[in-house]
Amino acid sequence: MRLLLGSFITFLIAAAVGLGATWLTLTRGVAFGSLNIGAWTAWPKSGSVDIDPYARANIARTGELPTGMGDGVAFYASSDDARNSFDGRCTFTISGMTPVARYWTITLYNPEGKLVANSIDRHSFTSDEIVRDSDGGFAITVAPLARPGNWLPTGGADKFVLVLRLYDTPIGVSTGTTKEGPMPAIVRKGCS
Amino acid sequence: MIRALLWILSGLILGGIVHLSTVLAMPQAATQDAYSRLTPLTPVNTMVQLAPPTVDTAIMPFMDPAFAAAVCRYDLTDGSIKLTSPVSQAYTSVTFYTRKSVAYYAINDRAAGRRTIELDLMTPEQHADMPEEEDVTAADRLIIESPGTVGLIVLRALAPEPGLMPMARRTLAAAKCELQPPQ
Repeated sequence: MRLLLGSFITFLIAAAVGLGATWLTLTRGVAFGSLNIGAWTAWPKSGSVDIDPYARANIARTGELPTGMGDGVAFYASSDDARNSFDGRCTFTISGMTPVARYWTITLYNPEGKLVANSIDRHSFTSDEIVRDSDGGFAITVAPLARPGNWLPTGGADKFVLVLRLYDTPIGVSTGTTKEGPMPAIVRKGCS
Repeated sequence: MIRALLWILSGLILGGIVHLSTVLAMPQAATQDAYSRLTPLTPVNTMVQLAPPTVDTAIMPFMDPAFAAAVCRYDLTDGSIKLTSPVSQAYTSVTFYTRKSVAYYAINDRAAGRRTIELDLMTPEQHADMPEEEDVTAADRLIIESPGTVGLIVLRALAPEPGLMPMARRTLAAAKCELQPPQ
C-alpha cells in the first residue's frame, strides 16, 4: 500500500515537474547563446545547424522559420531599456543608430507573431523608408495615436513585441564579441 | 520521513527526464510546424510565391512584411534540384531549411556574387555520385548538400518601400526550382 502511494506521488511529481518545465521553457522562449544589447535580444545560432534543442522545439511549436545566419539576424524586444513591458496604450521612442547592415527592418507584432491592426495599415519600417535627422540618426515613435515623423502605430494592443532585423550584417556571425555595435535605445514616454 | 524524501527526489529526477524527452520529442510531434503549414499550399519541387502576412492571416508567425517570399518544398528522392533566381534591385536571399525548420544554409545576393543566384541542391550521396569531370566544372557552381531528402528552400526579396513590392514579387516570379533527373 505504502509502495503504491509512494510511486503514485513520485509519478505525479515527475509529470508535474517535467511537463511544467517544458511548458514554461517553450512559452517563455528559452534558448541558449543569446546576444543581449540593451533591451534587444537575438539568438544568432537559431538560424544555423547549431540551434539548441529548446529553440528547435520552440520553432516546431510556433511554426516560424528563423532568419538564417548568412541572411541576417533578428533582434527581439518586449520591453524598453528600463524593463517596462511594452504596452500598446503607452508611447515609446526608439532612437539612435543601428549596427552595420545593408538593410534593416523594424516590425511590430503581437506576442504570437501576428501583425496588429491599426488605422493606417503600417506594421513596419525599412531602413530606406525612415526619415532621418541631419546626422544620420533616426527616431521612431511607437504610439497608439498619430505622431509626426516616423510613427509606428500600436493599435492599442495590450502587449506587443518589436523585431529589428539586420540583413547582410557581420553581427552574430563572428560570435564571442561583446562589442557588437550600437543598438537603438528604447524609452517609454508616458501612457494614455 | 527519509522514505518520503526519497520518493520526492526520485519524482524530481524522473521529472527532469520527462522534461528533456518532451523537449527533444517536440519537433517530431509538432503538427503545425512550417513544413506542415506549407504542404497544402505548395506542390513539391515547384517555386510558389507566398501570400504576404496581413493582420488577419499569415502562413507563419513573425514573417517580415517588407519582403516578398517564395518557397520550394523539395524532395530529392528522384534527383537533385537546380535553383535559379534573378536578383532584385535591393536585396535577395535564399535560405535552406530541413523538414524540422532548421536553417542549415543561407546566402544573400552579394555573397552569391552574380546577377542571378544559381545553386544545386543534392543529398551527400548524390554529391558523391557526381562524375569526376563534372566536379571540376563545379568549381564555379555552388553545390549545397541537404541533410535530408526533403526540406524547404525559401527565397526572400526585399521591397525597401511598399511601392517596390510588385518589383520584388516579379523577381521571385522568375525564380525556378527544377528537378534534375540523374544522368
